[in-house]
Amino acid sequence: MADHKHSANQNSGHAFVRTENAPLLPPPATEAGITGWLWQNIFASMADFSSAGASLRSACVAALTVFLLYFGFAQIYTLLDFGVFSAVWSDPDQLKREACWTVDQGGGLPSGWHAACWPFIYAKHKFIMYGAYPSEELWRVNLSVLLGIVGLAYVLIERLPRRREVGAMMLTLYPLLCFILLTGGNLAIPFGSIGMWLIIGLAVISLGRLAKRGFLGPTLSEFHALIGLTGWAFVIYNAVRGLGAVDFGLEPIDTRDWGGLLITLVVAVTGIVVSLPLGIILALGRRSEMPAARLICTVFIEFWRGVPLITVLFMASVMLPLFLPEGVNFDNLLRALIGVMLFSAAYMAEVIRGGLQAIDKGQYEGAQAMGLSYWQTMRLIILPQALTHVIPGIVNTFIGLFKDTTLVSIVGIFDLLGAGQSAIADAAWSTPVQATTMYLYIAIIFFVFCFCMSRYSIYMENKLSKSRQH
Amino acid sequence: MSNNLVIGIGALVVGGVVGYFAGAGNEKIVEVEKVVEVEKQQTATLDSVKSKGFVQCGVSQGLPGFSNSDDTGKWTGIDVDVCRAVAAAVFGDSSKVKFTPLSAKQRFTALASGEIDVLSRNTTWTMTRDTQLGLNFAGVNYYDGQGMMVPKSLGAKSAMELDGANICTNTGTTTELNITDFFRSNGMKFNLVAFEKADEVVAAYDAGRCDVYTTDRSGLAAQRTKLTNPDDHMVLPEIISKEPLGPVVRQGDDQWFNIVRWSLRAMINAEEMGITSANAKSKVNDNNPAIKRLLGSEGNFGAELGLSNDWALNILSQVGNYGESYETHVGPNTPLKLDRGVNELWSKGGILYAAPIR
Repeated sequence: MADHKHSANQNSGHAFVRTENAPLLPPPATEAGITGWLWQNIFASMADFSSAGASLRSACVAALTVFLLYFGFAQIYTLLDFGVFSAVWSDPDQLKREACWTVDQGGGLPSGWHAACWPFIYAKHKFIMYGAYPSEELWRVNLSVLLGIVGLAYVLIERLPRRREVGAMMLTLYPLLCFILLTGGNLAIPFGSIGMWLIIGLAVISLGRLAKRGFLGPTLSEFHALIGLTGWAFVIYNAVRGLGAVDFGLEPIDTRDWGGLLITLVVAVTGIVVSLPLGIILALGRRSEMPAARLICTVFIEFWRGVPLITVLFMASVMLPLFLPEGVNFDNLLRALIGVMLFSAAYMAEVIRGGLQAIDKGQYEGAQAMGLSYWQTMRLIILPQALTHVIPGIVNTFIGLFKDTTLVSIVGIFDLLGAGQSAIADAAWSTPVQATTMYLYIAIIFFVFCFCMSRYSIYMENKLSKSRQH
Repeated sequence: MSNNLVIGIGALVVGGVVGYFAGAGNEKIVEVEKVVEVEKQQTATLDSVKSKGFVQCGVSQGLPGFSNSDDTGKWTGIDVDVCRAVAAAVFGDSSKVKFTPLSAKQRFTALASGEIDVLSRNTTWTMTRDTQLGLNFAGVNYYDGQGMMVPKSLGAKSAMELDGANICTNTGTTTELNITDFFRSNGMKFNLVAFEKADEVVAAYDAGRCDVYTTDRSGLAAQRTKLTNPDDHMVLPEIISKEPLGPVVRQGDDQWFNIVRWSLRAMINAEEMGITSANAKSKVNDNNPAIKRLLGSEGNFGAELGLSNDWALNILSQVGNYGESYETHVGPNTPLKLDRGVNELWSKGGILYAAPIR
């Protein structure tokens, strides 16, 4: 049949019947390539002059486009001009502020000059990165940060083997290592008390094992896991204390001498790392069927959500010392850290609760039908789905927390912004552009960190949503 | 079953042995620690300062010339020098001092709670603070006062010509109240434009949003350097408030109070006697008995403070006298360019007058 048709076409003597395929023409200019893209996305909306109304609309769109283009480019140019083209980049003669003075102020720059004074940032760089941390000990900060970056990169890149183990190390050994590196360790904890608590811990573990074997009667036998866990908690806590008390020969550095980006990272990373697990527990607690747990978690969350972070920090740094006996202080940074952690945990809990509520009831029932326990249900079925749903919310909270760390500067802790503001107070560099330059630099640093977090979250979302699409 | 039991008992034994040895060697440390704890709560500030090995001093978070950190992060300024002087007097080493940067709201709490030993943070000596807060002012290291800066183009030569002016200042400070009082008592109208941060005030003033910028005169001097055309602006002669600034200590510890008060007075007396950081050591055997008393080669003045007799010598050779500190941090050769004015010695027309050491 097909053969017959083919031959019929071939042999027909009609000139208007095509015997071969038409050549493929390139798509019209309005549909492809750069011109096509420009036409479809920009010019098509302002090329319709078919009626009076359409002409008016096209003219308005054209005018608006021109205005916005001008406005956008003018802003970008101003910023680039301030930060790059007109900026003063070097101060070879060590003139300090005079290097950035215009002729009106007695310097050499033309009148009306207004651009960044980067030598000021070079001079203050150490201060806004590390605060008053002693210069000869900076390797300790650098080493901590380097280890952190390497560890984090290892955990975030998915092809690498043993990510889980490295991640566990990052959450356990790494903070301890950082603590010792940054403060110098050598805490004044008497080894006697550590030894005593270790013995008690080991004794409790033994008790747990005895209970498990049923030597201590049926009641305690029920609770052998709890007893064992308590014992291990004692042992681990005191092992950490013991490590903190070891003298590694590092010069002790008071947290008062910490500052700048170091403080920002310490506060943000601690807040982020602690708030996620604590938030999960609080969210589960709030949805728990046990009235006591639900009440405690709800009160906790509502309390911390109900007070502004500034109030929390003020309470921690101004009110708390008044309640303690004279001479008993604990570290100002630690006080702020605890405040930030609890505060962000409450927010995190609500984000995660949103994810939990989005999970269909059938998932719970299915898990129950399979005989899974509460914790198994949560760990294997509910949380993986709930957390995936709320990744944008979680990262949003992280970014918010990262930026909220600047609030600690009002309680006398020099975070990145606080160190910058303190540097602005240096009269040796005072020029009209001093503050603007510093704020621009700090804004760039914050942007880089927040943008990286945001991109990683988008990547995670894409990856996880792909795994759901099949 | 016996496996678990053996592990349990084994853990118990090992832990016991480890704990016993770890504990045995360190019993002394535990005792010493307890003693220190008790002492901290009961004894004098001087003893606790000596036992911890440094003076903890509260300073501002950055105020040019008074206390701000330089490029290396080292604290400098005339408030900082008071702290260094106290450290030199107590330890004979002006570097044995640590600084706690404090916000204006935190400062008195930090002192009252014992977090710091001295507060040297350009704090104005007022009656309420002296009587109500459990504090004592140990002296005055800078007599400040609120002033006003105007553009020369305004043509005003006196604050009395400022009727109807827009005035820029910081929110929530006494400067806001002082300027209101001043204008109201003189029956003049004004419009207050208040900002949170000093930088914002300067920017607004520089952009011409207001005719007058008011704050402490030392602050005006510092902020003036941030103006686009500093020479186009002038500070009016009127001083509308008294702001005696000085170091503060906790009430109820007279020994420590005396140490701080006399450390400052030693610096002022030394300027009067012409003792500087360069010549302090050679002046020890000077013929003038007043100098001998100050530098400790005569009398027992240091011991009466609970210090060594070369306390003032240490202050002067390591920190310098008041005039040197002033010249280094706020004087005419610094960016602040502040004349001595009332902060000159009484013998030279100012009001700095330190009680004699005798």
